Amino acid sequence: MIDFGYGLTPSATLKIENVQNPLFEELHRREPDVAKCIACGSCTASCSAGVFTEMSLRRVILSLQRGREKETLPMLRHCMLCGKCLLVCPRGINTRHLILSIGKVYGPDGLKEEADR
Amino acid sequence: MIYQGKQRIWSEYQKEIPTDHWFYVRSCIRQSFFPASEKTFLEILRQRLGKDVYETPHHTTCGGIAYHSEAIPQETMMTIIARQFALMTEAGYENYVCSCITSFGLYSEVIEDWREFPELEAKIRENLWKATKREFKIPTYLAHASDLIYKFRNEIAEQAKFRLVNKATGEPLRVVEHIGCHYSKMFPSKGVGGAEYPYVLAGMVESWGGEVIDYPERRHCCGFGFRQYLVRANRGYSVSNTHKKFESMEPFKPDMIITNCPGCPYFLDRWQYVIAEQTGKTYGQDGYGIPVFTYEEVAGLVLGYDPWDLGLQTHQVAVEPLLDKMGIPYKPEDKYKGLNGKELQRPEFPMNIKCC
Repeated sequence: MIDFGYGLTPSATLKIENVQNPLFEELHRREPDVAKCIACGSCTASCSAGVFTEMSLRRVILSLQRGREKETLPMLRHCMLCGKCLLVCPRGINTRHLILSIGKVYGPDGLKEEADR
Repeated sequence: MIYQGKQRIWSEYQKEIPTDHWFYVRSCIRQSFFPASEKTFLEILRQRLGKDVYETPHHTTCGGIAYHSEAIPQETMMTIIARQFALMTEAGYENYVCSCITSFGLYSEVIEDWREFPELEAKIRENLWKATKREFKIPTYLAHASDLIYKFRNEIAEQAKFRLVNKATGEPLRVVEHIGCHYSKMFPSKGVGGAEYPYVLAGMVESWGGEVIDYPERRHCCGFGFRQYLVRANRGYSVSNTHKKFESMEPFKPDMIITNCPGCPYFLDRWQYVIAEQTGKTYGQDGYGIPVFTYEEVAGLVLGYDPWDLGLQTHQVAVEPLLDKMGIPYKPEDKYKGLNGKELQRPEFPMNIKCC
């Protein structure tokens, strides 16, 4: 092999099809609508909690898909379940129910732990 | 969608290309990388199609490489371009065609800047007058040379001696078409098919009998850029881009790649050697690479030009597998002979990528 003084750098692209993510699969089984999300951000834009905190349902869904729940799950503790996001979702996802299901699948203890911090 | 609606939308992606009387400017780097491409372009247009294409030895670089690598300021680049336009005006032409995609992007950018900021145009006119005592008109039509070959693709197909078809199987050749980023990504309305559906090379391939491959990274940059190549330490970024494209196109088993930019064919060609030497991987059949061509070279092959007169021996990746597929006759012993029949120096062959 020749050393040219530079080389290939691995791609930063994450191939979702290669990610082993049993928790998200379980969430998808309970809440099939999660796959309908197009990450438009309407939920985040209308979120009352998001005005004062870092809460963003769009980011939560994306990070769960990518198996990076630890990064965004703590956001959910700010959710007040007001349901405004449910009204604006163009895909008709029952977002409030989805948030409750996330809590069940990813463990209420886990969420509680984060809330106690 | 109803058919008429589709036709109407597609018509908005078309570009008006005059058929005759062009002022032609060459590319700085294509003449060394692909020495016969521009000569072939002029020969096809003048001799085969009987068009009036004017060329002057007084034209210079457009300043693109220096501008994009921040070696010269914008005003200097604009004054260089103003001088090119002055040469066109003095020769009595209004249609401007350039061989280089970087130049094409730059001309489009300058014309757009002057339209937006007339005071800038006035300043450049003054600079040019002070420096050279020349005046200029902005071209009525600006085209890239591939636009003209696209425009006359069916006329070329009528004169074709060979088609982009596998002679042994009768199947169309599987072709990757790669458009230079500065062709229509910056100013979509300036390119055939816009930024979303660039059709300039796909149209040629389809007219000449090939099949265009649609693969995931089809519109990804070849990796040339300017700064990521000019600085040696950054070249890993450049080769990684090319690698990404090859990994993406590999499952579709392309027979060849056609490009319309000076940098793209060079990098898609040479980086195959670097990737092979670094990783041992090749992307063509039987240890060969995927041959990469400029659109003039492909037009020349289709019209029956001798492959060695087209300068195909200067490619890193061997072109012989494709010539065999198309059934184009060639003399292997003449590959490294110059125009006068004198033996040129033979290159050193690489270790991991097969060359003929």
